[in-house]
Order: sequence, then structure tokens, then C-alpha cells
Amino acid sequence: MYLLWKAPEVKIQRMSALTLVALAGTLALGACGSDNNTGTTGSNGSGSTGTAGGAASSADCPSGTVSAEGSSAQKAAIEEAISAYQDKCADATINYNATGSGAGIKQFIAKQADFAGSDSALKTAAGSDGKIEQAEADKACASPAWNLPMVTGPIAIAFNVKGVDKLILNADVAADIFNAKITTWNDPAIAKLNPGVTLPSEPIKVFFRSDESGTTENFTKYLKAAAPTKWTADPAKKWSGKGEGKEKSAGVSSAVKSTEGGVTYTEWSYAKDNQLGIAQIDSGAGAVELTGESAGKAVAAAKVTGTGNNLSLKLDYATKEAGAYPIVLVTYEIVCSKAADATKGKVIKGFLESFSGTDFQKSLTDMGYAPLPDEVQSKVATAVAALQ
Amino acid sequence: MSHTATATTAANDPDSSGARHRDPLFTTASGGRKTKDLIAKVVMWAAFLLALSPLVWILWQVISFGGQNLMQSEWWTHSMRGITTRREGGGAYHAIMGTLLQGLVTGLISVPIGVFTAIYLVEYGRGRLARAVSFMVDILTGVPSIVAALFIYALWVTTFGWNRVGVAVSLSLVLLMIPTIVRSTEEMLKLVPNELREASLALGVPKWKTIASVVLPTAFSGIVTGVLLGLARVMGETAPLLILGPYTKNINFDLFSGNMATLPTMINDERQYLALPAAHDRVWAAALTLILLILLLNLAGRLIGRAGAVKA
Amino acid sequence: MSVTGVPVDLEPPSGQEPTEVPRGPGRLGDRLFGGSATLAGTIVIALVTLVGVFLLAQAIPAIAKDQVNFLWSREWNVDSEPLRFGVRDLLWATVVTSIIAMLLAVPVGVAVALFITEYAPRWLARPAAQLVDLLAAVPSIVYGLWGVATFTPFVGPLQNWLGSTLGWIPLFAPKYQSSLFVVGIVLAIMILPIVTALSREVFSQTPRTHKEAALALGATKWEMIRTAVLPYGQPGVISAAMLALGRALGETIAVTMILSALAPGSPWSWSLFNGGATFASLIANNAAEFDSPEKTGAYIAAGLVLFVLTFVVNAIARIVIERRKAFTE
Repeated sequence: MYLLWKAPEVKIQRMSALTLVALAGTLALGACGSDNNTGTTGSNGSGSTGTAGGAASSADCPSGTVSAEGSSAQKAAIEEAISAYQDKCADATINYNATGSGAGIKQFIAKQADFAGSDSALKTAAGSDGKIEQAEADKACASPAWNLPMVTGPIAIAFNVKGVDKLILNADVAADIFNAKITTWNDPAIAKLNPGVTLPSEPIKVFFRSDESGTTENFTKYLKAAAPTKWTADPAKKWSGKGEGKEKSAGVSSAVKSTEGGVTYTEWSYAKDNQLGIAQIDSGAGAVELTGESAGKAVAAAKVTGTGNNLSLKLDYATKEAGAYPIVLVTYEIVCSKAADATKGKVIKGFLESFSGTDFQKSLTDMGYAPLPDEVQSKVATAVAALQ
Repeated sequence: MSHTATATTAANDPDSSGARHRDPLFTTASGGRKTKDLIAKVVMWAAFLLALSPLVWILWQVISFGGQNLMQSEWWTHSMRGITTRREGGGAYHAIMGTLLQGLVTGLISVPIGVFTAIYLVEYGRGRLARAVSFMVDILTGVPSIVAALFIYALWVTTFGWNRVGVAVSLSLVLLMIPTIVRSTEEMLKLVPNELREASLALGVPKWKTIASVVLPTAFSGIVTGVLLGLARVMGETAPLLILGPYTKNINFDLFSGNMATLPTMINDERQYLALPAAHDRVWAAALTLILLILLLNLAGRLIGRAGAVKA
Repeated sequence: MSVTGVPVDLEPPSGQEPTEVPRGPGRLGDRLFGGSATLAGTIVIALVTLVGVFLLAQAIPAIAKDQVNFLWSREWNVDSEPLRFGVRDLLWATVVTSIIAMLLAVPVGVAVALFITEYAPRWLARPAAQLVDLLAAVPSIVYGLWGVATFTPFVGPLQNWLGSTLGWIPLFAPKYQSSLFVVGIVLAIMILPIVTALSREVFSQTPRTHKEAALALGATKWEMIRTAVLPYGQPGVISAAMLALGRALGETIAVTMILSALAPGSPWSWSLFNGGATFASLIANNAAEFDSPEKTGAYIAAGLVLFVLTFVVNAIARIVIERRKAFTE
């Protein structure tokens, strides 16, 4: 590339003046940037740093900047939560990078992230390198690290089949599809579950996450639990079935959108945003549509494990309960119970209080998430209150 | 009709078809040759139009999707703070400033190293050390950006335990930029006529002063051009930023603490929601902004290069 | 590889003599200035050595633990002990996409360079050159966005047609839409400005006497190009192609975004319409999740192969450039 500058040039003087003006303009930008996006709806004159503005809110509003990283499954939810919290507390700043659950834990242990978002709780058994995630995290925190279930997101089996809006699958058939044992949409096994639906003879094109992903792990956990004879691979962040790999949830969703006959597993919010068909799941007690309520039912059936305020949920993927949508994942916020930096600790605590609050949790359904069940929510609230 | 005369006209004016309506020495099969010539001409035009089509296509797409946002002053003056992917509005101010700041620091670090290395290679270097340096610059040219980023990550985070901040990104970009600067500066220094050096040295001016006050000023604009073009190249890099530069929606001017947004990471963040109209427009608007920024640097580089080209 | 063979070096700008002139401040200045120049050179050496040591230190333990042949195996399993990883699939994908890119970009790039230097009307030549250079100002993430959203669906029908008519050739067996083939084309567009700019430069340096001689003998313009311009520019074109190849091999983000990954255990296929991962895209796709030293080491070992590959290509390019310089002087 470095040889490109040798290209023969002509330039008109006017152009050079223009460039200088543009450069000057860019530099001038340095003076007038603003973080204040409250915009037209009456922001009181004091602007973004106006501690003098609302005395009532500033009393319980900490200030400081917190950086978090992790699960992309909760991205939309946590962004809304951050925005809502920052509207309330203008001096608090929370950054969230959706780089993936594993990355979140890794950066948390490396003290690169103040808290992490992960689709699975810290593991208490030794990994392949002989290290225990929970112990490593405790060490990084110099205090016990807690898993706090915060967002429950259903995983949709999203499809794009011409002329088919409603599709019913069960775990066995889903496992066969994602293992490429069933390769056409009009396969008798699918037809049997969908009487009265005209299925095309199109080949099924399976898309999977090519990056390591908590979504893949939870989806394969479901397949393994609900269809143990059909799905034999161990659940892992890396895909073990068949198909075509795409990067991140956005990649698989848009691939299905642009591919007729495509099918994938993805967070509900992505399936909704891309207007994909979403399969209903029949776990033995009739087909269940994916709604906030049906997913919430599956989460409510989960057992809370973990000790004290370190909460982790054990989901029952093989649930046969009527009206429960079984493929759900829970995103945990992994935090230090005693923050190393007190200023940051206050911001994290305040933020998580508002994130786990019932008002905010209820609003999550619009974005493709399910609110935390009441029982879990109250336990989380207790844990957040105990954060130091 | 004299052959030489026509040939000269043809050479002076390559656009004339003079080459064809002459009486050639070998007239045999002239029809076939003329056809071939015509085919060649058509092929060249076609190749040019073919090469232009992706450019026009990409630019059209970027402008038609992203142009709207750029027309709003908010885009240039506001950050994305509080704007979730679902909402309209917000700006790229934080990302533009981040890209500029990191680029500036990258330049500040790599220019002295790069220019002095080039000076060493052209003016001082003899023997094995010079060969080694030249060889190492070649190796550095071949370092893929992702590998450079992994190296800095291992050094900065794993070894020293520091946080990922703007300066770390700059350091990885420095690795990519040094070879560019060394090579372009080298070319420019070599273009400086030897007579200038000799004249200066003959007057008893010490060598360092000759380089500093004769050679470098002569090559100055060329060096600046090389630097700006190198900068334009590294500013568009994405891979190192994904590893070393976590994104933020807020304005941060501090290169040594906190996350700092850049245009590539802004694109990367928003593209996860490409299906939503607001995020879709912002992705393309950020892409357009980045292209404009790089273009501006390119243009500035070329203008400076032209203004003071070395008269060799 | 060295700086020899260039005008400056034929007559070194300074012997040792001028600096020997006894001049106090001059000598000190010289020592400082020359010292900083040498220091800068040494920093570069140190940097590269550091990078090299780092790469090797991370890669060697992982390769030592590798249960399969690192260069020949198709497996890539670094999540559980024992590690089983090999780079054959990566090498295939990297090389195939780059070759497709070269096959497209070099002829088109050379033709565009010829168009600009020989065919374009005078008013068009310079704007044309600048327009093609503009392609280099588009960052690779934008190529990625465009490739995914627009270009892949656009090439789909062509791919389907090739697959259905030539599918009996293993190279064209129908597989996926986001294939090595599509990535190759996008890479071709990305490296086109490099090929064009360098070729244009050497073509424009063709000695006028050569061209005039050809025309004087009655050659048509095409024959003149074939007999005078192309032979003269050949080494330049080769080195341009090599530099472009180096860029194509290491391209990361656009490839990561476009190319479909293969499911583990997919059967080997010669098809250009297959998915896969290049060295760079594999690393980029997994970089966020490097959580154990062995795993990181495996990816870095892959990075090392890419590094060596790119270096060899760049080195060939430089040798050709130096030869040409030596030849023209």
C-alpha cells in the first residue's frame, strides 16, 4: 500500500483550500461535542453534568464510569437498562460491550471488566486448563464473586419457509434438523407435527453460530436434555451439529432472513427484529407459542442453586409442563460482592438495583425477553442490596 | 509519409488512432490485426468500467443509507449516550474524536521511529545491521493486523495487567504503521539529489546538519504525504480494535483510562442490530463518516505531496 | 533486501572523510543524530524480535501438545484436552480465496492501468486513476457490510448457475452462498487499487523510444503495448501482484463477516462454493474467547503460519522490485 502515494497527481488549488477548510472543521468539532442526548424533551438548562439540577436524584445517584462486557444475548436489554439508569443519574456512565459470555468472564477475571454478563454461571468445576472459574473470579475480586440472574431470554428456532407462518416442532425433530438427519421441509416427521400445513419440498438450510456462544451452549443443553437419543454431543459453546456457520446472532438471523429454507436458533429479540418465523415447541403437552409468559413459566420452574447471594438457576430443559416454552437462557451479571473500587461499586449497585427492579423487568417483554419470575426477582433484589 | 513523423505524433498523442491509418511496413493480415487492436481497446474500456462498478455501488449504498444522518448537526456534535439501538438519533462525535485521537497518537509514536529508521537506512546504514533493519521492516510489513493486536494484548494486559485503553490500540497500530512510514520515507530520501548532500558536505557542514537542514526539508512534503496515507490506512483498521479497544457510547478523551469509541467499533456495535431501521442508518452513516475521514487524509496527503514535490 | 541498487547507494552521500573534519559541535551532533537513527533502527529490530519471540513462545507449547499433525490435519478442536488442531483447511481457504482474488484482480488491474496510461482520453486519465485509488479508501469493515448485505445475494444466481452447469467438476460442486468464491471476488475488489496503482506507475515509465520504435515499425497500438509496454512492465506487475497477494492473505474483518464457517467434521470438499475459515478470520472470530494458554497458543500458531506465508510473499515482491531497479539502471 505504501507505494500508492506515488500515483500521478493533479489537484486544483480550490481543492486544497477545500481540504484545509474540512480539516479545520474536523478539528473545530473538538470544541462542541456533547453526551447530552436527552434532546428536545425538556432538559433543564444545566445540561449533562448538572448536579445542581435535580437535588432529589443526585442524593442517591452515584457518579463514575463502569465498564462491563459479555453476553450478546442481553445486549438490547442491558442497553435499555443503561439508558434508563443514566437518564436518572446523569453522572453515572456504564459501558457494555457485547463480546460474548466467555469473553466477559475472561475480561472480568483479568480485571478488564468491572462486571461481566454471561449466559452461564461461573463454573465450579475445573475446566480443561485445570482452573476453576468461580475460584479465579473470587481471586480477581478479592471477595466472593456473585452470579446474579438478571435477564431471561428465550431462544427461538427461527425459520424462513415460503408460505409457512406457523410451524410446530418437538425436541426430537429439532435435533434431527440441526443434525442434518432431516434435510427437507416436507419430511414426514415435520409433516406429522404440522397437520394441515403445506410444507414445501425445499432443502433445509441450517445456520449455526460460528463464534463460541452461550446461546449455542444453552440450545444444545436443551437438545441434549429433551432429546437425549437424538442429540448425543455434549453441550458446549462451540457448535457440534451440522450446517453453515455465521458470525454472532446478527449473522445467523440475517442469513436466515435472506435464505429461503433457512433455519437457526437465535435469541427471541433477533428473530423478532428480523421478522422471522418462530417455531412453536411441543414438549408433549401441546404446542407452545413463544411469548414472554410461556418463557417465564419455564424460568419459574427453575431451581435456584448456589449459596447465599450467589444465585444460579438450574433450568429444567426437559420440562413437560403445559404452556411452558422450554428453550430459555438466563443471562447472569457476574459481580464482585465487595467492589475493589468503592466509587464503581456504588454505580454497579445502583445500576443493578434499577435493572432488577420489577418495573424495568416488566418492560423487557417488548424487546424479546421474559421478566424474571417474582421469586427469583426478590432473591436477586436481596443480593443486590447486599453488594458492597 | 514518413514513418518517424507519424510515430512521433502517435507517441505524443496516445489518444489519436494514428497508429492505425498509416501505411505500415507489414500490411499482411491487417484486417485481423485491426480487429485485435479494436478488441484490445474495448477490453481496456470494459476493464475500467468494471473496476468502477463496485466503487460506485458501494459509495451509492453508503451514501443513500447513511447520508441522511450526516446531514443532521447532531451527528457531528453528539455521542450515542443513552441512545439504545432501537432509538433514533444520536451522533458519531465520540467515535470520530476517538478515531482522530488514536490516529494522532499512532502518528506521534510511529513517525519519529519510522523516519529515523529510514534516515538510518539511507544515510547511515551500511553492513549487517542495515541489512538486518531492512529485513525486519519487511517482516513487519507482513505482520497481519490481528497478530499485531494479539501481541499488544499479551504485553499490555497479560504481562503488565493494565486495562485496555486508547493508547494500547495506538500501539498496535504503530506496529502496522512503522513499515509504511519507513518505506515511503526511504523512497523520498533516495529521491533527494546527491549533489545537494555533496555541496553541503563540501562546505564543511557536518553530516547531521546536512541531513537535518538540507535532506529532510527537501524530502519533507513527500514524507508528510507518506505519513498521512499511512495514517489513513491504519484508521480504517478494525481487527485490532476488536481485541484492544472496547466500545463506549460516551465521549472519552482520555487515552489512558476508560473505553474509547472509534468509528470501526461503532460500526461493529451497531451492526448487530442491522435489522432495525435506526441502527441500520447509523451503521451506514458511520461507514460514510469513516470513508470521508480517510478520504480527507488521503487528499491532504496528496496535496501536500504535490505542493512540495522533490525536484529530482 | 538491502538498500543497494538504488542511486543513492551507488555513490554514497558521504564517505567517512567529511565527518572526520575536526569540528567539535558537529561531531557531537553527528553522534547524537546518527545515534538516534541507529537507535530507531534498533527499536525496529527489537520490536520484530519481540513479536517473533512472543509468537513462538505462545505457539510452541501448544504445537507440542497437539495430538495431530499441525500442518496436515483438518481438525480444529482446542476446547478440550487433548488438543487436536491442524491448519490444512485454513491453508486451503486462505490460499484459494487469495488465488481467486489474484486471478480476477491482476488481469483487470493491469487492463485498468493500461487504460489509464494508454487508452483514456487525456481529460479522463487522471480522474480515472484517482477513482480507482478511491477503492483503497474504503475500510475493510465497509467491504464486509456491503459483501454480506448486498454482494453475496447478488452473486447467488451466478453461483447457482455455475453449480448447476459445472457441478460435476469437484471445484464447482454446489454448496453454500457465502462461499470462498464470493470472498475471493470481494478480496479482488479490495486489492485492485494496489495492482492498478503499481502497474500504472511502471507502465508510465516505459521508455518512449521503445514505444516509438514499435509504432514506427507499423505496429498497432495493441501490438505496441504487447511488444513494448508489457515486457518492460512485467517485473513491476509481478511485484504489484505479490504485494496485493500479501494484503489478500491477511485480510481479516471482511472475510470474517462474509464467509460461512463449516460445521465440525464436515467432509473435505474441493468446491469453491464451500465455506471455511481463513487464518485471519478464524482468529478474529474466536479472539474474544481465548481463555486458556493452550487454546490461545493454538490460534497463535495459526497466526504464525499466516505470518510466514505473508512474509514469503512480501519478500518475493521485494526481490522482484530490487531486481527491476538493478535492471533499469
